Amino acid sequence: MNILVCVKRVPATGGRIVLTADGSAIDVRFLGFTVSPHEECAVEEAVRIVEARGGSSTVLTLGPAVAEEQLRDAMAIGIERAILLETDGRDWDPVATASAIVAAVRAQEAVAAPFDLILFGNESADSGGFQVGIRVAAALGRPIVTGVKALQLGEGRIVARREGAGGGWESFEIPLPAVVSVKEGINLPRYPSIPGRLRAKKKEIERSTPAWQPGGLEKIVLRLPKEEVTAAEVIGRGPDAAAAVVDLLDRIGVLDR
Amino acid sequence: MSAPIFALVTIAAGVPERTSLETLTVARRLAAETGGPLEAVLVAAAADARSTAAALAGWGVATAIVIEHDTLTLDHPDGWAAAVAQVIAARGPAAVVGSGTERGNDLLARVAARLSLPMAANVVSVAAGDRYRLVRQRWAGSLLEECWLDAPVRLLTVAPNAVVVGEPDGTAAPAQERLAVTLGPADLAVHVTSREAPERGRISLAEAKVVIGGGRGVGSTEGFGDLEELAGLVGGAVGGSRVVTSAGWRPHADQIGQTGLRIAPDLYIACGISGAIQHIVGCKAAKLILAINTDDEAPIMSVADYAVIGDLHAIVPAISAEIRRRSAGG
Repeated sequence: MNILVCVKRVPATGGRIVLTADGSAIDVRFLGFTVSPHEECAVEEAVRIVEARGGSSTVLTLGPAVAEEQLRDAMAIGIERAILLETDGRDWDPVATASAIVAAVRAQEAVAAPFDLILFGNESADSGGFQVGIRVAAALGRPIVTGVKALQLGEGRIVARREGAGGGWESFEIPLPAVVSVKEGINLPRYPSIPGRLRAKKKEIERSTPAWQPGGLEKIVLRLPKEEVTAAEVIGRGPDAAAAVVDLLDRIGVLDR
Repeated sequence: MSAPIFALVTIAAGVPERTSLETLTVARRLAAETGGPLEAVLVAAAADARSTAAALAGWGVATAIVIEHDTLTLDHPDGWAAAVAQVIAARGPAAVVGSGTERGNDLLARVAARLSLPMAANVVSVAAGDRYRLVRQRWAGSLLEECWLDAPVRLLTVAPNAVVVGEPDGTAAPAQERLAVTLGPADLAVHVTSREAPERGRISLAEAKVVIGGGRGVGSTEGFGDLEELAGLVGGAVGGSRVVTSAGWRPHADQIGQTGLRIAPDLYIACGISGAIQHIVGCKAAKLILAINTDDEAPIMSVADYAVIGDLHAIVPAISAEIRRRSAGG
């Protein structure tokens, strides 16, 4: 199996989002960076499939030069090759992002074996567009299933399972080559080992610089939603608070059964 | 006459889904602003769609469009995308508004990809114009983006739970129009091949009136025993933060947060949870939040209504004991 995983560098926001003074971006001066959680699982899934079935794995990102960090993180847990589509820091909308990825896939497949499987996260943690994987699949004429929480590999086919809209599960059996967007929960990603990190540090990264293109979606400004920030009323300290808590449960009627 | 505004309306058990009413609310406002008629494209098997078009009385829908095809079902995501694309080509709407649910975003993104149109997901408000000015959610709603959507047909989905739906008014039931679509084998290739029913008998996190959530402070898989005990006493369900599911202390299906479930119980008891944004977006729809935490300055305190300060492993069993004591004492 020849697998490509697409990831996006995003800030690790933690407890509170702070914006730059002009509202054009998140203030990242004090933040670390990561990939979207669904994508961490996509990377892990690719590594596991290649461990089990043989083949090769490649990670790709469209982002600034510093997104090399996220590519090396993926290589540290076992992805073999990395491709950086380097941007100048401008925002790329989903249409432009997908078209750059499609061009990169075509260029790769023109000189090497085609990708049997292309994995995405279901949506990016930051912009949450819910569409890049679908656009890439459509342009390549390959089937896609989104929101996948389990993958089963067969001969030339895969079964992708996801939660049903009304609970339960639904499965799709699709032929390869295919595109799948996964959700967190499909696996529990491993932590990179020290030798893994050292190996990843020395690896080559294939770079190219696609030309920025305008898309139909253009950010004007960011703002924080108006939240009611309340100070919690402290109703007690330690186990002595139990009576006050049960009074509260009683008052809101959760003990009436 | 101005071009129509489409609302993609999903019908389940004979009535529009709640999120489809949010979609209709946004689409109706847009229709009023642009002067175009509001048309509902029914996303349902044709037989269900024909019988439920009447259920759209009161939502200002001029025409309900029933898509007719012999083999198309809701199990065909590309089939629906192809069908909606054909309806767009036939009727030339100015905008198509869908639901920002998992399925809603999937469907409209497939439509967008087919028609090479941009799409904006999880929108909370729209101003029409040559270009549409939108406000949409980022970071699962913890950040808002104002943006331009510039396209001949504007495709957008409405963020769930972000729009207030009014009561239906006196507007008549829509006229019904049937539209036969032509689908090729490629359109029907991706389809649900098997289905498993939901597990019965367990109080689901999504439905529970009381949810008890555990975070890093719970410390281990075994540590959740205290939370399970309390949940049993109040008829609640137990969930956890991402830290907890990433550590393998709970299955991922129990995760409350941006990459897990969004819950809206009457009461959420957050035990040993500091309150990262990832978690807050999953629990902030709770009517009341009680935080139990050793740190009285944890971020969870700014969204909680009540707090108990201290070690959850001392406090939670004491609460369970107190409930038992009172119920025994009558």
